[in-house]
Amino acid sequence: MLHYIGRSLLQLIPVLLGMTFIVFLIIRAIPGDPAQVILGQQATKEAVAALRASLGLDNPWYVQYFHYLGDLVTGNLGESMRTKVPVASELWPYLAATLELSLCAIILAVIIGVNAGIISAWFQNSWFDYMAMIIALIGVSMPIFWLGLMEQWVFGIQLDMLPTSGREDARNPVNPITYLYILDTILQGNFDQLVVVVQHLILPAFALATIPMAIIARMTRSSMLEVMRSDYVRTARAKGQKMFWVVYKHALKNAIIPVLTVIGLQMGLLLGGAILTETIFSWPGIGRYIYDAIGFRDYPVIQSGILVIAFIFIMINLFVDILYSVIDPRIKYN
Amino acid sequence: MKKKRLLSVGLLLVLVLSTLLAACSSDKKDGTESNTNTGDSKKEKTLVFGRGGDSVSLDPITVTDGESFKVTQNIFETLINFGKQDTTLQPGLATKWETSKDGLTYTFNLQEGVKFHDGTDFNAEAVVKNFNRWMSGNADKFPYFASMFGGFKGDKAAVIKDVKADGDYKLIITLNRAQAPFLKNLAMSPFGIASPTAFEKEGDKFGDNPVGTGPFKFVSWKRNDSVTIEKNKDYWKEGLPKLDKIVFRSIPDNSARLNALNTGEIDLADGINPSDAASIQSNKNLQIFERPSMNVGYLGLTTTRPPFDNVKVRQAVNYAIDKQAIVDAFFEGKAQVAKNPMPPVIEGYNDDVKGYEYNPKKAKELLKEAGYNGKEIELWAMPVPRPYMPDGQKVAEAIQKNLADVGMKAKIVSFEWATYLEKAAKGEADAFLLGWTGDNGDADNFLYTLLDESNIGSNNYTFFKNKETHKLLLEAQTETDEEKRNELYKKAQVIISEQAPWVPLAHSTPLLAGKANIVDFYPHPTGSDILSNVDIK
Repeated sequence: MLHYIGRSLLQLIPVLLGMTFIVFLIIRAIPGDPAQVILGQQATKEAVAALRASLGLDNPWYVQYFHYLGDLVTGNLGESMRTKVPVASELWPYLAATLELSLCAIILAVIIGVNAGIISAWFQNSWFDYMAMIIALIGVSMPIFWLGLMEQWVFGIQLDMLPTSGREDARNPVNPITYLYILDTILQGNFDQLVVVVQHLILPAFALATIPMAIIARMTRSSMLEVMRSDYVRTARAKGQKMFWVVYKHALKNAIIPVLTVIGLQMGLLLGGAILTETIFSWPGIGRYIYDAIGFRDYPVIQSGILVIAFIFIMINLFVDILYSVIDPRIKYN
Repeated sequence: MKKKRLLSVGLLLVLVLSTLLAACSSDKKDGTESNTNTGDSKKEKTLVFGRGGDSVSLDPITVTDGESFKVTQNIFETLINFGKQDTTLQPGLATKWETSKDGLTYTFNLQEGVKFHDGTDFNAEAVVKNFNRWMSGNADKFPYFASMFGGFKGDKAAVIKDVKADGDYKLIITLNRAQAPFLKNLAMSPFGIASPTAFEKEGDKFGDNPVGTGPFKFVSWKRNDSVTIEKNKDYWKEGLPKLDKIVFRSIPDNSARLNALNTGEIDLADGINPSDAASIQSNKNLQIFERPSMNVGYLGLTTTRPPFDNVKVRQAVNYAIDKQAIVDAFFEGKAQVAKNPMPPVIEGYNDDVKGYEYNPKKAKELLKEAGYNGKEIELWAMPVPRPYMPDGQKVAEAIQKNLADVGMKAKIVSFEWATYLEKAAKGEADAFLLGWTGDNGDADNFLYTLLDESNIGSNNYTFFKNKETHKLLLEAQTETDEEKRNELYKKAQVIISEQAPWVPLAHSTPLLAGKANIVDFYPHPTGSDILSNVDIK
């Protein structure tokens, strides 16, 4: 097992290296001069030229690439061209905001999705089954943008139940320690703020969770249906075991492997969906950080941001692989 | 059996959900009540200002973006202020000033008894240190200094020669050459006076920890989220500021920002779509604020590309477009039809220029005279909304229809914003929609910046080149007699109108919306508002 993890981590290096190269080339292929964009329409030609030189943009691309790699090796993610702040020091608050949102979304998606799938399979062809699958179908095809604005309109404006933007009450901001606000407010024992933070999380987490929730529900249902027809489930039932235990203990364990794969993939995709959700709900996360950076052609931020997301994506997949063998001892990696 | 289980599971779900919702709503109520309670006892007045983007840096001299200035305008003060809602010159940190006859020496008397937020005294020496800091910089570090004052110490084109203190509260600035908009430039947000102690100590980090003399002190900045500033209790203007705290929150999406205003998460929102104005006006809890117009939206015709290298074709396009219809449809009437490249609030505006009326017949005749061969043109539509162009795509469609009516086929194309600007600057567009918001309320900042040959490759996107206007605009830059200067600009506008490198479309009125209880908020045409007078009733 350790051998497998070690090998996977080593394989990470060429994958990430290849990715830096592709990202580097793609963002430089888009027209738009960072110096011009950063200084804006008002800037003089001299100012733009001076900024280009100081950013090293007048070097050939391969020189820039090797500079970038050299910096990466020493753990330097570069400096934002626009704000002149080192990306490494700037990144964590954004990443933490996205992680908090994505984790809540995936937890929601898994709890609701898996259970809806199980119940649908359990009571196949019941009204619940039909309803759940229709809702799942709508969920898969619903644009996050539209859903987000609808949520704001219904739960924010019409029902006045939940806040529609940001992570906290701007009049009474959270004092960040880890930048994971739920954790921070608990650490500080500030439960009033904890409630506010959770309220802020509900709408964006639901918007972000909708698609994975629907996909997980459908996957769980079909996987469960297959398992429920198998002999050992019939045997368990014949032995008089309670249906609840048959479903949640015996059947689920075997049905969950493909679901796990889907969950792993969805977690990666979630980071992509986060860009839209973060924009609509003004969530100061990494998706918006990169999105803004693209508008300003802030190369170091785009490169490092994508690199970090790719790294997380790969780590999640590795984690899911390991989880397989924990759940199903027949899967071995040696 | 099965049904029973299902029922209990369903019941359980309903129970859990309703508890959750009840918890949410009761918390909300508690929260509001406790807020009002603290509000009554402490009477702390916080204004949450929702805007489209975050600041880049809070050291105003290092940036060029309006979102940064919105904040720094309240932390720093300039020697000279603009008027409440115009760009007339008013005393700021300088109580009065004198200009020598040759326009080369400026003497300023400074306000006494002012302190920076860190306790440093404000005096002539502090101002000299600020100027020395700016003048010894470079275009990369201090871009606006370069574009407004020609260059830095030692540069050939540099306007400022020397800045000296004469005693504690007198400042003398000598120039290398006269610059007519010099005082207006000094009033611009980037030239806010910073605490020398702070910028010497902080160096490059000063932008994260700004210290000025303004009505509000910097408190904290969560990047891409919010900037908080609080009342400067020792502010030198009696009774100001009225608010205790201001939070600038960035909410990039226009509809989301309006939603946040409706739910009360923010108190004031800028960047309101003209199409939302009616619904806001019908809401008793909200009010609309109009920012005086200092912009122009236009259709640029690249004068080096056929068919627009022919002046008759350009004039024909001017006759072909129904500007009033565009203003009515897409600006919801919140704009004035344009006939010059600068808005009427700017001194030197030539109201005698007749402009082109909507006359498709005349357009057709002109096209015929020009020998236009029916070549299809590319019409570029802006991909982003701007105050001077709320919906580029739709305006382009209207223009496309107008042009088709006179026999000119146009294909609408669009690019992502940074690409759009870069390609337009290279002269790759036939006709393109664009606009400009003034920096300092000076005619030079419109006519010279946008239509002089020196700015081809940067802001003169139409590549318009004309000897006469070039001569007039250069002369106006050094003419210190206001009247003579205005005459020069008026002449230039006549020629520009005849030569028609643009179809000036509209001067829009940007909209803001706020809660009904906000008083004394007067949006400034430059886009950076001083909020010291604003109060919440």
